[in-house]
Amino acid sequence: MGKQETRPARRTPRPCTTILAASAAAALLVIGGCSSSDSEASNQPTPTPSATGSFAIEDPWVKAVDEGMTAAFGTLVNRGDADVRVVSATCQDVPRVELHTMSMQGGTMVMKNQPEGFTVKAGETHVLEPGGDHLMLMDLTKPIRAGDTVSCTLTLSDNRTLDFTAVAKPFTGAEEHYDPSDHGDHGEHGDHDGGHH
Amino acid sequence: MTTVSTVITMADTTDAATGAAPKQPKVTRRRLLTGGALVAGGALSAAGITAGLSGAASSSRDREPSPTSFGEQVEPFYGPHQAGIATPAQAHASFVAFDLQPGVDRAALGRLMRLWTDDAARLTQGQPPLADTEPELAVLPARLTITFGFGRGLLQAAGLDDQWPDAVGSLPSFSVDRLQPRWSGGDLLIQICADDPVTVSHAQRMLIKDSRPFATVRWIQQGFLRSRGAHQEGQTQRNLLGQLDGTTNPKPGTPEFDAAVWVSEGPEWLRGGSTLVLRRIRLDLDDWDRLGRVEKEYVLGRRLDNGAPLTGVEEHDPPDFDAIDESGLYVIPEFSHIRRAHVPDPRLRMFRRFYNYDQALGADGQAEAGMIFAAYQADVQRQFVPVQRKLAEADLLNKWTIPIGSAVFAIPPGCEPGGWIGERLLA
Repeated sequence: MGKQETRPARRTPRPCTTILAASAAAALLVIGGCSSSDSEASNQPTPTPSATGSFAIEDPWVKAVDEGMTAAFGTLVNRGDADVRVVSATCQDVPRVELHTMSMQGGTMVMKNQPEGFTVKAGETHVLEPGGDHLMLMDLTKPIRAGDTVSCTLTLSDNRTLDFTAVAKPFTGAEEHYDPSDHGDHGEHGDHDGGHH
Repeated sequence: MTTVSTVITMADTTDAATGAAPKQPKVTRRRLLTGGALVAGGALSAAGITAGLSGAASSSRDREPSPTSFGEQVEPFYGPHQAGIATPAQAHASFVAFDLQPGVDRAALGRLMRLWTDDAARLTQGQPPLADTEPELAVLPARLTITFGFGRGLLQAAGLDDQWPDAVGSLPSFSVDRLQPRWSGGDLLIQICADDPVTVSHAQRMLIKDSRPFATVRWIQQGFLRSRGAHQEGQTQRNLLGQLDGTTNPKPGTPEFDAAVWVSEGPEWLRGGSTLVLRRIRLDLDDWDRLGRVEKEYVLGRRLDNGAPLTGVEEHDPPDFDAIDESGLYVIPEFSHIRRAHVPDPRLRMFRRFYNYDQALGADGQAEAGMIFAAYQADVQRQFVPVQRKLAEADLLNKWTIPIGSAVFAIPPGCEPGGWIGERLLA
């Protein structure tokens, strides 16, 4: 279940930007520019280590909701030669964003705040997806409508930042329901009733 | 029977001899059951069984995957025109029409079209769209194309009714129409075509999921042609009347096609786009059966076997509408379909891209079969309406072809990477 494991970086060539990326959202923003497309296009069997290193989030999206809270997803890609740790995230007009992890405990999937962040090993990817690790956007002050874009920033352990824009998708699968009364508690605070807020 | 027992003995022997390594005999036994069944049917000779056995022995060793042919084939998404019109017709199609929800305005339509464009750009290239819960279903595009159309209701919702092109207008009612609301109208259309029906189904589901905050499905019409690879590519398809359909279509890639299909005047947002008339035409196949072959050809004006006009030999021979037979009658009858439908100038023809449908029996016990008649043209009023009027007035074929659904859409032009379908109207 919980796909916290990292995977080898994608090897197939992939457009650096998609339509959503270019028009409004950034599907792939890389620290130090979009230089990674060259190494991707070369279609080499292993990620090409680069002296500058690069870190990106591909295909970021967020679940559209009317109110309350929601989650953002995407694929963290580390094409550099050193591990990268994401320690926090912020999103525009969202009062609070936490890094959440999902894990199986006693036969149920449990959502936990992950203050130590997500570590993406050198040359690997880390998938944020429904039912797995995600960014939790809380205390929303306005709806995030389908097709809207949300600007967010990831902060890494070395204080570098990565800006990206997530597009809002209608999505009803793998709902993570968060109980605000458990805020700040690192124990269980999620359930999976599949319902909307 | 002698043959069968011989084989079984062989199998037993093999089984016993290789008892220590049961893998191969296992396969042999399975093949034998097949062989036995064929012998019972009298279709297999002793030599054939021997061949089957040796084949089984080798196939048990190599389990290399068999090559696939078209599953991974991709049609380009981006370009000046939307794909799915000039694209050689794929084997399967689904046409999905939507009604907009109340309150969906121009800005909301922009959000929807950005979502849909991104979905289509990915799905057609064999990549799962964002938030695809079944990404494994997206990897075989099989020439998937996704084509978007706007109904007049969309422009009204966007406050842009003055941008509705005269070239689309609205269809007059025709005397032959027996239109049902459940197959007619719609504010938005998606045409989904691929050579694989699972691909069509998955694309349809993803697109409908993204539509939910904006629109509800009004109707879905699914259709099919001959399977990919069943006959020569580019061969004219047959409809369920048995008729070769599309012989006189303008040929994609020719100036005639471009003039006939792509909009070059009127509102700027539609330039490079097209228009679509989608008619659901029920075929009265049981009654058609009552005709003899000669009568059917008389109704059509063409031979059923190779589609040649009754005055010609080959499918693409030009019809001679002046030819008279010994009794002084036209060889191609006055009220035959091809005479009524004939448009001499190929630039004024519609481009037909039909699909067959065949569904469960209707309440009356009659076969619910027919065709989804998709006609693309630069100008509905100039190209579709006059022909349909002539057909409605006096086409012998009307007796067996009953229009039960009708809708008209403007097909916006294509877009480049970074753009989205409908941007020139809705941005």
